[in-house]
Amino acid sequence: MGLSQDQVRRYGRQLLLPEFGVRGQERLLRASALLIGMGGLGSPAALYLAAAGVGRLGLLDSEPVEAGNLHRQVLHDTQAIGRSKVDSAQARLRALNPAIEVVALRERLEASNALRVLESYDLVLDGSDNMPTRYLANDACVLLGKPLVHGAAIRLQGQVLTILPRRSACLRCVFPEPPQAGELPSCQAEGVLGSVTGLIGALMAHEALKLLGGFGTPLADRLLTFDGIASGWREVPVRRDPQCAVCGDHVQTSDIRRIVHAAAAV
Amino acid sequence: MAITVRIPTPLQRLTNGQGEVQCDGKTVAELLGDLERRHPGVKERICDETGKLRRFVNVFVNEEDIRFMQGDQTAIKDGDEVSIIPAIAGGAS
Ligand SMILES: [Zn+2]
Repeated sequence: MGLSQDQVRRYGRQLLLPEFGVRGQERLLRASALLIGMGGLGSPAALYLAAAGVGRLGLLDSEPVEAGNLHRQVLHDTQAIGRSKVDSAQARLRALNPAIEVVALRERLEASNALRVLESYDLVLDGSDNMPTRYLANDACVLLGKPLVHGAAIRLQGQVLTILPRRSACLRCVFPEPPQAGELPSCQAEGVLGSVTGLIGALMAHEALKLLGGFGTPLADRLLTFDGIASGWREVPVRRDPQCAVCGDHVQTSDIRRIVHAAAAV
Repeated sequence: MAITVRIPTPLQRLTNGQGEVQCDGKTVAELLGDLERRHPGVKERICDETGKLRRFVNVFVNEEDIRFMQGDQTAIKDGDEVSIIPAIAGGAS
């Protein structure tokens, strides 16, 4: 396909990377990614993916921008308060890189729309704020065979895990059952620092760029955790559980479909 | 020598801000008991009322998930490292 002069100028610094190069860039330009949540994690992740030239980005969020978002949700500016997050994000990303396609999806991920929404993308990044959505994204990605980059942050800590369906540990392999509502603290109640969501979101973008650009080793089967008190990264090995309810050895497609639909009840 | 326990960030408030503490025990269950004696309040964040590990908390002994070993009866010895890793929901809004 070859790159235009504009593209060579814009992406020159990453074209210089031998691991990435023209081949990686061409792959990115043809690739698509869906971001669930345009908040603290989705903001930096979307900025880096758009800037790097991922051909089509889907942005999924049903909420409007609030003043209390701005300390960490760096996609949105003060004037965007009250506007829908996906519209604000779309405008910002189009201004950053007019050559890519940015699709604004003003909805929540639900059992009823998950498969339809995720189907047309090569990869999914989950930066949502609640466990039912996270398990739904996980289950739908396993069902569809889509790589999923899972990232989470609260207070001064964060986690990232890349999930290659049926090949590496999924969210349910690591944490088999979703916690009940209120069983886990929320950022709304417990707070979070923007630099922590920034680190985790940027790492999520990095994982996506590796998979879409076709280089490096995915952060699969390794749960990477960040401790923002000492500023340390640690990883623990995780593995696919052959008994996993969604990606286990004997699970049928119809079983996962049932689990995805059951998620609607949560 | 003792067993090193890595404390997740949110629980470090209960361990005087320490990310690692030393504890003793022959099994993970004993270790968690000792951890609670030294740092009251930690165990209830890791285990439910019946003393069972909460389902969104994983415990690793030397980087192996105890769910794939003998659960809280997994044997441990001096010099081992135990990590406590909770799930995190947080992200967007
Ligand atoms: Zn699984």
